[in-house]
Amino acid sequence: MEPPCGAADSPSSVGVLDNEATIEIASSGDILPARQKGRELARHVGFSSAEATLIATVISELVRNIVLYAKRGQIIVRRAESAGRPGIVVVARDDGPGIPDVRQALCVGFSTSGSLGLGLPGAKRLMDEFEIVSEVGIGTTVTVKKWTAGLTCSSGV
Amino acid sequence: MYDEPILAGIPAVVDSRPGTEMLRELVTHLRQNRTPVRGEWIRRITEADWLTAMTSEEVFAEATSIYDSYVDVLETGSVEALQAYARNLSERIIPRGVETHEVVGIVLLLRDVLARSLFKKYQTDFSLLNRVLDIYEPAANRIANTVAVGFVQERERIIREQQEAIRELSTPVLPVRERLLILPIIGVIDPQRARQLTEQLLHGIRRNRAKVVVIDITGVPTIDSKVANHLVLTVEAARLLGATVIVTGLSPEIAQTLVNIGVDLSKMNTVGDLQGGIEGAERLLGYEVVPIKEANVQAATHG
Amino acid sequence: MQVPILRHGDYLIASIQSALTDSDLLALRQSLVQQVGSARARAVIVDVTALDVLDSFASRTVQDLAQMIRLRGAETIVVGVQPEVAFSMAQLGVRLEGVETRLDLEEALAYLAGKRAPGKRTREG
Repeated sequence: MEPPCGAADSPSSVGVLDNEATIEIASSGDILPARQKGRELARHVGFSSAEATLIATVISELVRNIVLYAKRGQIIVRRAESAGRPGIVVVARDDGPGIPDVRQALCVGFSTSGSLGLGLPGAKRLMDEFEIVSEVGIGTTVTVKKWTAGLTCSSGV
Repeated sequence: MYDEPILAGIPAVVDSRPGTEMLRELVTHLRQNRTPVRGEWIRRITEADWLTAMTSEEVFAEATSIYDSYVDVLETGSVEALQAYARNLSERIIPRGVETHEVVGIVLLLRDVLARSLFKKYQTDFSLLNRVLDIYEPAANRIANTVAVGFVQERERIIREQQEAIRELSTPVLPVRERLLILPIIGVIDPQRARQLTEQLLHGIRRNRAKVVVIDITGVPTIDSKVANHLVLTVEAARLLGATVIVTGLSPEIAQTLVNIGVDLSKMNTVGDLQGGIEGAERLLGYEVVPIKEANVQAATHG
Repeated sequence: MQVPILRHGDYLIASIQSALTDSDLLALRQSLVQQVGSARARAVIVDVTALDVLDSFASRTVQDLAQMIRLRGAETIVVGVQPEVAFSMAQLGVRLEGVETRLDLEEALAYLAGKRAPGKRTREG
């Protein structure tokens, strides 16, 4: 059965186009619109304002990475569903130089550009799922996902 | 051309009308027969002892709405309207105590009652009946699925809200005196609860304009490294709001956990017990703790 | 997007009104460094109430600002960090080192006044 389009707590009404957005990244001026779009979609999916802020912040960092290292790329934000729970998928794609040592890049504090190097480890920490594919000379694709909270068993008072 | 079964002398008629025309005929039939079919449906609902939480007028009204929506969806194939209706219905009946098996049950009953009505109409033509069912069945099953899932999701949403409310009640942030907040935590903390505590705390700092927060974890037996990290994070976030955090009631085990994850305990304000924590907080706020007798003397001399 | 910078005695107050691009942030930093010099300010208060995201670039810029004006004997105070933003920053590991943080402008001014004339209050215990 097709999953229903709107989450039960979604404040706005739904259109197919509202479930996905692609933002071209060519300069740091694209950071604000990318994260604003991400925030909108996150709220639309049913995330709380605090969670939407987290997602917007992660998008900001991912876009920064693209601008810094690859100069151009794309951000795709998309509504998704897993085990009946709605969520958001963010794909940050570029045709940049690629990352030679991905493991090193995931270490907190590591950076080749003199920045604090928080983008990737931070994104990994804040989101529920994190995946990175990078090939030197080809490019990098980072995919992160976050799911709205499902039911949990209360433990203790 | 396929072989037609001959039923006891009744000649088989090949009906080659397109599906859409058949659908229209089927929908028209269901609309025209709404009164008897709906009546049969309600009779069977009552027989099954369902929807006892509702009055017979209410059952009649809802049955009519569901019937009409059902036939609309068969006609248009669009489930959005039905989803909206299912959510709306769920919102209204869940607080009345209507259970999942009742909702699933009545939708399946409607499916059966409508199907029987179709059997009756097309009973003289087996192949035509088959074609009608080919159109009816998948649509009817999708409808049943949509309503049931909609109901269950609404229930889950309500349960989530209730859980959140319970969690909030169980860990209040207490404004004790001006600019001082106390957050006593009792019990085991899971990551979700930890997240909620931090959110409550940060909003509480803003709301009460707190400058010092005492987080008392005397009542917490153990924390895993995830939650310990979260505690450190909370202290940092509070600082961004201009508040100092004092953690009290650290058991030796928890202190060890914090050290193990690399927390520099000297950087974190920790005090043995809650009372000590409050006094420490008051000192930070610029209060000086003075015994009552002395305070009276001071008041007398300063007028 | 120009950020208005007000003078309040010895202090400069920069009140950010909406989300800032990277170049806006750098322009603000430059402006503040310049004005600290020309106004001989002792402190800069940056109000970020309107910011819904404070990412690594923003924090770096603020930290750089703090470093630069410290060389001129002034300190930096950030006020108005939203609870949700504070949470995101802490989770991401974005710090504001070398920067004082207070809840709001009133608190920042009280802090600065307190540095000039510390006092004490009592309570009976």
